[in-house]
Amino acid sequence: MIVWNAIHETLRQLRRNPMRSMLTMLGILIGVAAVIAMIALGRGASARVGNDLSGLGQNLLFVVPGAPSSGGPPHRNDAPPFDERDARAIQREITGIAGVAPTVTRSGVAVYAGQSRRTTVNGSSAAYFTVMSWHLATGRLFNDAELRVGAPVCVLGQTVRNALFGITDPIGATIRIGNISLRVVGVLAPKGSSSFGQDQDDLIVVPLATHQRRISGTHDVEAIFVSARDEAESGRIRADIDALMRVRRHLHVGETPDFTVRDMKEIAAMVGSITGVLTSLLAAIAAISLLVGGIGIMNIMLVAVSERTREIGIRLAIGALGRDVLAQFLIESVVLSAIGGIAGITLGLTGSYAITRKLDIPLEIDPLLIVVPFAFSAAVGVLFGYFPARKAARLNPIDALRHE
Amino acid sequence: MLMSMQRVSKLYGEGESEIAALREIELQIDTGEFVALMGPSGSGKSTCLNILGCLDVPTRGEYLFQDVPTSRFDNDQRARLRRRFLGFVFQGFNLLPRTSAVENVELPLMYRGVHARVRRARAMEALAQVGLAGREHHSPAQLSGGQQQRVAIARALVTDPAVVLADEPTGNVDTARAREIMEVLTRLNQRGITIVMVTHEADMALYASRVVRFLDGGIVSDVRQTPLAIATAEGAAA
Repeated sequence: MIVWNAIHETLRQLRRNPMRSMLTMLGILIGVAAVIAMIALGRGASARVGNDLSGLGQNLLFVVPGAPSSGGPPHRNDAPPFDERDARAIQREITGIAGVAPTVTRSGVAVYAGQSRRTTVNGSSAAYFTVMSWHLATGRLFNDAELRVGAPVCVLGQTVRNALFGITDPIGATIRIGNISLRVVGVLAPKGSSSFGQDQDDLIVVPLATHQRRISGTHDVEAIFVSARDEAESGRIRADIDALMRVRRHLHVGETPDFTVRDMKEIAAMVGSITGVLTSLLAAIAAISLLVGGIGIMNIMLVAVSERTREIGIRLAIGALGRDVLAQFLIESVVLSAIGGIAGITLGLTGSYAITRKLDIPLEIDPLLIVVPFAFSAAVGVLFGYFPARKAARLNPIDALRHE
Repeated sequence: MLMSMQRVSKLYGEGESEIAALREIELQIDTGEFVALMGPSGSGKSTCLNILGCLDVPTRGEYLFQDVPTSRFDNDQRARLRRRFLGFVFQGFNLLPRTSAVENVELPLMYRGVHARVRRARAMEALAQVGLAGREHHSPAQLSGGQQQRVAIARALVTDPAVVLADEPTGNVDTARAREIMEVLTRLNQRGITIVMVTHEADMALYASRVVRFLDGGIVSDVRQTPLAIATAEGAAA
């Protein structure tokens, strides 16, 4: 009953100083909203990354030259490059493989009828499209003859197609990249932007031989993409590729490899740990603003205690115990921070809804995300209200009554 | 004995600058008395009242309330004693501002854990006793000084205290209002409530059954008298 009375008293006090109460709550509100939004965004982003990576296929592996580094990309320095024979060796020697795509990448400007676009030009084998989970929108993929002789043909990503052709049909048209002409045989179905904001559809694919002879001008292959027939086998395949490449590159047992084999699970784990760290970092920064909000509450409560010293004296004289006064001020600060917390939850949820919609990432909200910040804001109220409340409770009634 | 001060001293400051507000006071007050504490300002009468009311503690000596020594009480024990036996009326009324008369009167009952509905009924009754029926929902700012002081008296009597301690209850009101307040206090005394009142007005001391005079922290006289009968005042008015 004392508690109920104290809440009643509190609401009266808050109405008495609406501006001050609102500003105090604002500190908590912003803190809670920030914590919720940051965590929701972080989780949404990692869910999005996870989706994208599994969209690439859990059975994807890749081999690149350069010694592996922990976490980041491989060291590229002086490692000898791969060539098409390495890809063929993998295809031939290792079992359980669905496809091998030796790939070269360059950037180039594609031109058609006065329209141009700087884009990525990939050269690869027929397996590229299945290994990288591309589907065809219109036209066809490369045939064996085109791949073998390095015919001047290409398949466009949706973005390139839109930039160069607009609404007209690109199949059969001839585009130029630098001084070579390529006939368009197909258009890929769009994949959209990746979780890192890259437009995945901004590319042109040509046969590997075409690329090597006329664009990159080398027999090197920059990366070999491999897809396992069975996801469960990707670990074994990875080890087999590692062993095979060690032999082909004449490495001694125990020597640090000058190439790197990775599978998607590793990449997913790596990206997951990066987004995890980012999420906790953002949440920590948001939590600091909650802390600052708590200090604001403490400040206001200290002001309230000294303003109402006389009132405290009256209450003590007419029968309040120290703990009644303590409870009154503690409840006041908890109510203040809890109202701020509820408003913050509302704002945080609407905010993260709006932002996730805008960024097109899934909104991940679990009840903990609501309960924890609310409990936290109430705890802030107790924590930062306790010191001022105790100060009030320990006042000597005579001194308090004499206070002007 | 209801209240008994034994060689009570109250000292402020230390060493050279030490000031004695009370010097080894001996004072006994019995149930049912109406005591006026008088004296010039700084004579120690208010300090004496604060100690009697367990709002303040003696520096030396012992104060017994209902034969229980209180000098070793902690803050909470003193607060419990106040809440159980005592009611206070202050010179400055000390009502909570922006809080209605009836809510002010309910406050002591709230701290005693009385149920809200009972609380309201008893507060209304106490206000009626001091002649404020119909003004229960006025805030202190809407009431005159005399009315505010009667709200404060209602707040003091609503808990059925053994003693009402009043510090210059008529200090801030005009003579006519002062007489009304004294009549209310006299009626409480006639119901068996002990009254201890600090005043510097001789007129007000006439209502008391005993007048204790202070000077420089000591008691200089302690006289019993026949209190001014309020019936006479009513008779005169009639």
